[in-house]
Amino acid sequence: MTKKIKNLNLNFGPQHPAAHGVLRLILELDGEVVEKADPHIGLLHRGTEKLIENKTYMQAVPYFDRLDYVAPMNQEHAFALAIEKILDIDVPIRAQYIRVMFCEIGRILSHILNVTTQALDVGALTPSLWGFEERETLMTFYERASGSRLHANYFRAGGVHQDLPAGLENDIAKFCETFPKIINDLENLLTDNRIFKQRNVDIGVVTKDDALDYSFSGVMIRGSGVPWDLRKSQPYDCYNQLEFKIPVGKNGDCYDRYLCRIEEMKESVSIIKQCLSKMEKGPIKTFDNKISPPSKTEIKQSMEALIHHFKLFTEGYRVPKDEIYTAVEAPKGEFGVYLISDGSSKPYKCKIRAPGFSHLQSMDYLIKGHMLADVPAVLGSLDIVFGEVDR
Amino acid sequence: MNNLIDLEKKINSELTTKINKTSIKHNQIYIEIDKEDLIDVVLFLKTNKDTKFRQLIDITVVDYPEEIQRFKIVYLFLSHEFNYRIILSYFINENELISSLTSVFPSANWMEREVFDMYGVNFKDHPDLRRILTDYGFEGHPLRKDFPLTGNSEVRYSEEKKKVIKEPVKLEQNYRNFDYESPWEGTKYIKEISETNDKKN
Repeated sequence: MTKKIKNLNLNFGPQHPAAHGVLRLILELDGEVVEKADPHIGLLHRGTEKLIENKTYMQAVPYFDRLDYVAPMNQEHAFALAIEKILDIDVPIRAQYIRVMFCEIGRILSHILNVTTQALDVGALTPSLWGFEERETLMTFYERASGSRLHANYFRAGGVHQDLPAGLENDIAKFCETFPKIINDLENLLTDNRIFKQRNVDIGVVTKDDALDYSFSGVMIRGSGVPWDLRKSQPYDCYNQLEFKIPVGKNGDCYDRYLCRIEEMKESVSIIKQCLSKMEKGPIKTFDNKISPPSKTEIKQSMEALIHHFKLFTEGYRVPKDEIYTAVEAPKGEFGVYLISDGSSKPYKCKIRAPGFSHLQSMDYLIKGHMLADVPAVLGSLDIVFGEVDR
Repeated sequence: MNNLIDLEKKINSELTTKINKTSIKHNQIYIEIDKEDLIDVVLFLKTNKDTKFRQLIDITVVDYPEEIQRFKIVYLFLSHEFNYRIILSYFINENELISSLTSVFPSANWMEREVFDMYGVNFKDHPDLRRILTDYGFEGHPLRKDFPLTGNSEVRYSEEKKKVIKEPVKLEQNYRNFDYESPWEGTKYIKEISETNDKKN
């Protein structure tokens, strides 16, 4: 008598705490071994690119907060840089430091979330409780600068919306002193933890060549030993005036990627410190009144300023006909904006290149031959946020 | 390859007949090709020791509905070795089939699915051409310029049928696209009225 053995199809998600959002993953299982994974995405698709085509450049900025919503300002940065390059405007140095500083805060926000939830996925509860306390502090910095904890809408083409409030710089400096201890605490819990290592070492290994072929970027490619970081190789804003190291992994497994993220947080703290010490008082956005709105006091005194204000908030500024691709090193990888302007005040096309999209695509390649229990570990180390994957 | 100008020369001399136009802008090379030469050009860019564009960053489409060659297909490449970016593009008609890059770059798979989903551009020899971002059973291609911003259908839970049903979009207030381009001359519809009045007079 022969027994017929059939592969089992398992539906993982769309509502599953380890899916980090709304991912529907259809797994084909042979016993407990995954034979095939087919991610179904798009459950959070909001048509961001279509909406941006119908908004002025300034109105389009908040949509970028809603892509990767754990590090909102990094995305705004890419969009602001793209417009600045087309308009060919210079950003005042203080604004550059403010932007870089908040991008690094965004990087810490994103990495804390990822490292601790990855730990949560493989069975460690404490790191997320400790980490989220720090995230709360960082989000208060966001709130004090921009007015909201998450959807900042703070960066503008030509600078930032407004200057930092009194005392914020000191508080961020204080945070930089206390935070390294928290990273150490997290490391004490995880780095040498037997269970954490058993679940992550040699899981989801990516070779150098495959990392290139699958369009990986950020920690996903650095974990596999490719020293590539846009902040170093194609520096934007004031990154070329700052000193920082690029942590690179060796084996390309989940554990190396975790280590890279931990080291990157330490580097980010040092970048924030450097920004704070180099930042001097000065203008925070370009003086060109055709692009950045005049101050409230000016509006009350000058007719010209009033007209500028009116024109900027109805028509918006016009951007000459051009085509450009600009990328920044977001916490999750290369976040790019491919912008086509047609001379009007709305973008003709704005394609958003989200790092998570190409990372999630490789799920089938990464998980083939692994056990079912490794799915959350691999998914966690990919650092997926559905806001940006689905757009 | 030390600088972009050398690289541009190199590409032009190696691929003479296959390149229609090249230009350098914003520290990137823009190349226009014919759709038949796509695979050859991409293979050259990927494997040649002086170019090594090993990473496909993205594939996208730009829609120009008023042109005969409606879609501009755009490929973005990155070379880690030389730290360059290339933007490769060509134009096609609405119903033309184009070749898939999945055999050269596995990451092209989802990118091409997205292009198919958003613009309705069809790829030959793509292993798995399904919709990706839109809902199961979705109709139309949202990023085409003639697709309305509000969409065509909306879904709700029907108490009678005990299931989620699809209906044409009903808006309490129509979508208003304010034309702010020139507040001094008046918006478009006022301009049109005044123009017809001028003609009458």
